[in-house]
Amino acid sequence: MKCRSCRQPAVIEVRRHNAGFCAGCFLRHCREQVARAIHDHAMVERGDRVLVPVSGGKDSLGLWDLLLDLGYEADGLYLGLGIGEYSDESRAFATGFAEGRGLSLRVLDLPAEHGFGIPDGAAAARRVPCSACGLSKRHLFNEAALEGGYDVVATGHNLDDEAAVLFGNVLHWSTEYLGRQLPVLPAARGFVRKVKPLIRLGEREMAAYCVLRGIDYIVEECPMAEGNRHLGYKAALDAIEERSPGSKASFYLGFLERASHRFVPDATVEQERLGPCISCGAPTTGEVCAFCRLVEKAHAAPAPRSEAVSVGRPRRRARGDA
Amino acid sequence: MKIRLRNPRREVEMAGPLRVHVLLDRLALNRESVLVIRQDTLVTGDVLLEDGDEVEVRPVISGGGA
Repeated sequence: MKCRSCRQPAVIEVRRHNAGFCAGCFLRHCREQVARAIHDHAMVERGDRVLVPVSGGKDSLGLWDLLLDLGYEADGLYLGLGIGEYSDESRAFATGFAEGRGLSLRVLDLPAEHGFGIPDGAAAARRVPCSACGLSKRHLFNEAALEGGYDVVATGHNLDDEAAVLFGNVLHWSTEYLGRQLPVLPAARGFVRKVKPLIRLGEREMAAYCVLRGIDYIVEECPMAEGNRHLGYKAALDAIEERSPGSKASFYLGFLERASHRFVPDATVEQERLGPCISCGAPTTGEVCAFCRLVEKAHAAPAPRSEAVSVGRPRRRARGDA
Repeated sequence: MKIRLRNPRREVEMAGPLRVHVLLDRLALNRESVLVIRQDTLVTGDVLLEDGDEVEVRPVISGGGA
């Protein structure tokens, strides 16, 4: 197979574009897709200070690399979630990337700073781990961005992530979530602007980008995510994509172009009910925000009997134990 | 040739020569969900793998937590 642009031997085939690319042309393709997403959706302006939460995975590290390459001022934020060896390993990839390039990375740790890790917090709150993880990240990323005076938080959600979320939202007709599933959530009182510059690049493209750029990232799946619904939706969409390349892009990008605006009123109603959390001051629709309720439940739960530590089952720290 | 797989980590031996897309068919893997890397270099589906090659089949769904 030859590169679509320069006719040199290709190293990757992107069936959605019916094209092969050599390394150089593929990296240019990735930069162009990110630049186009940023431009089309007015995600980031020159001079904005961007905070990139990095997990040590391909998407967030690749995004950080791409934003810097495109000339944006971007710092990193790593949040340790207390998921045993997996968190230790992912932190090493995040810090290794930052140190190797002399970048600024702030490191936060959920167990050290809030007294619980995701496995125990999720169990105490009777939430699935991915739900407890998602709400903790949203809260702490926003808080860190406000504290650090950043204009925008850029997350590594890629085309596959967004197509899978859209699939789930449509399957359940979650109109409020459909109204919020946008590549840009503008700044509002208590909220920093949030953007998703990777919406035009698939999971496979991001993995290839990291390989070709020599970015070391954690390849293993998060042990808490095993068997979750989101991965099931991704597998279903991959099966469709294999038979009909371009389906995922057409599904998600078509939603943005032709349907997302229809659901915005459903999300606006929720936004209008926001007030400050009586505990931390973050915007919430109730008296106490979901993150503070999670912290409260995690602290109220009895300490585990066993001190054994393994991946996915880290030892719970006592409240205030750093 | 030696094939390195992940999730879970394991190694399998396969006789060459065979094309990358045939390898993925034999492993029952969707080509949209993996990258194939030979001797640290990405390869496309039409590439012929030979005995003696060291091949990694890397899933592209990864990360998610920290």
